[in-house]
Amino acid sequence: MEQAVNEGMIIFRDVSKIYRIGDSVVRALDHANIRIDRGEFVSVIGPSGSGKSTLMNIIGCLDLADEGEYLLDGQEIRNYSENELARIRNRKIGFIFQDFNLLGKLTAYENVELPLIYQRLPRARRKEQVEDALNRVGLWDRRRHKPTELSGGQQQRVAIARALATRPSIFLADEPTGNLDQKTGRELIGIFHELHEAGSTIVLITHDGHIAQEAARSIKILDGHVENIAARDEILEVV
Amino acid sequence: MIFQSMKMAWESVISNKLRTFLTMLGIIIGVLALVVLVSIVSGATSRVTDVISSMGTDKLQVSVFDDSGKPLKMKDMEDISALPGVRAAAPLSQDMGATVKSGKNSASVQVTGTTAAYREIQGLSIASGRWLKSTDQENHTAVAVVNGTLAKDILGVSHTSEAVGKTVTISGVPYTVVGVLGEGSQMTDIFSMSAYSVYIPYSTLVRNSRTGGAINSFVVAAGEETLAEAEASVRGYLSERFDAGDDEENEHYYIFNMSQIMDSMGQVTAVMSIALGGIAAISLLVGGIGIMNIMLVSVTERTREIGIRKAIGAGNGSIMFQFLIEALMVSLIGCAVGVLASWGVLALISLISKTNFPMDPGVVTVAVVFSLVIGLIFGIYPASKAASKKPIDALHFTN
Repeated sequence: MEQAVNEGMIIFRDVSKIYRIGDSVVRALDHANIRIDRGEFVSVIGPSGSGKSTLMNIIGCLDLADEGEYLLDGQEIRNYSENELARIRNRKIGFIFQDFNLLGKLTAYENVELPLIYQRLPRARRKEQVEDALNRVGLWDRRRHKPTELSGGQQQRVAIARALATRPSIFLADEPTGNLDQKTGRELIGIFHELHEAGSTIVLITHDGHIAQEAARSIKILDGHVENIAARDEILEVV
Repeated sequence: MIFQSMKMAWESVISNKLRTFLTMLGIIIGVLALVVLVSIVSGATSRVTDVISSMGTDKLQVSVFDDSGKPLKMKDMEDISALPGVRAAAPLSQDMGATVKSGKNSASVQVTGTTAAYREIQGLSIASGRWLKSTDQENHTAVAVVNGTLAKDILGVSHTSEAVGKTVTISGVPYTVVGVLGEGSQMTDIFSMSAYSVYIPYSTLVRNSRTGGAINSFVVAAGEETLAEAEASVRGYLSERFDAGDDEENEHYYIFNMSQIMDSMGQVTAVMSIALGGIAAISLLVGGIGIMNIMLVSVTERTREIGIRKAIGAGNGSIMFQFLIEALMVSLIGCAVGVLASWGVLALISLISKTNFPMDPGVVTVAVVFSLVIGLIFGIYPASKAASKKPIDALHFTN
């Protein structure tokens, strides 16, 4: 594990993902090389259909690369079984989706608790971590509400709390502000900054240059090709 | 984990009450049919075997079809009583459709003509008065012994002792009541359909009903362990008398052996239980298919939920377990409701038929085990279908 500290949090080496639709072959990712270090706040920007979702699926261990090498937190993500991948997602990744993806039948508390149940933590530990996570997004007093009883911004904060609760290696946010109004979106980005300042690694995927600008560094993706952009000012120009 | 899965399953079960109820209905009806049918068969069986054993399994009932012109007389009863293994023998002649009258009351009764020995053979008890005597037989006396129900309903007495000495007319002929049977003596004959029974001397019945003196039916009591010996000696006696040969399947007479009847009765009802139970089990199977059908719909509807769960770390086992618990919950709750409903239906049937049909604990066990197995079998496929969904496909699924 000593080695992992020195290595990047996310390392892509010549990663390709190929889809075959009928006779045509689409390279959703084409020999992508990416490095994201521990504690970085990075945005991934590109128009729809550029390969953003594919990138997110591979980073999030929802899908496997066809070619190349992917290291997450020092661990090579190979041809693991579904259950092993589920375990990696559960321990290392905190997902935040565009449409929140909370379970409608569960309360805010139960939604946040769910990944901890899959970790088989004892009840007392779960309560501790859920309380901590909901407090950090300021929704502890709303814990008994179901998603339908919460506003969009509150739902997304519950989703962030769910990601937070497992204390993951990275937060992977896919258009987290896409379904929110500007003001709520800005508040949400504020939470990401807080997480970043507390030392978390954040990967923010978006098509919105203004949102992407919030990150210290950006990765641009276009037709499956990845281009690293270091400076914040350049971000707006590429969109 | 188990508790969480059960809680989720429960929430899913109650979130669509009508659908869940309709799905359960298949199991409820299946269990209801299984438990009620089998309980009724076993209730009826135990009732019939009670009747047969109250008749005594140490008895033979003999019917003569063809006496070859040499009819049995009272003298033969004495001879048969003296055969090896035989304790006693009494002639039996029954008039099913006689009308008994007393004052304004009348009813259709079964009149049995027999002798003094009959009481001992059938173990009848006397509540008041006396049983038929051999002098009644010899003198063709017009005396009758009635059962308690008849004494109360037709003679209108509140206590059996008041009936002794009263007069009843049976098919127009007046008889003096000399005795009343005790409780529990009515169900002495499986062929008895009436609640009322009357016993009169055999000779009196023969004289009054113009049937001639031939004895075509009689009962034989054997000793404790001598039933087979008694049957063999009666068979020998009758075969010699009618030139019939020792064959059991002869055309002259037939010997009903009560323990044999019990045995074959047991076989018949066992077959009936299995046949009816089998039919009911088929409806349970159909109920199981209903569960599978609704579970498959539920899996499709909840594809996105499955995707979310998998994304945040649910393994295939957890997903599978959750859906399997749900199927089991539907089938077991259905089974519980079915058992409760069966209990109600059986209580109602018992009330209406005035016969006790208790719930057969064996069939309840079978119903529970069967429901469990059905829940498992028909839950496994939808559950594994849910578990095998790929998280990305499931996440991007839109209803």
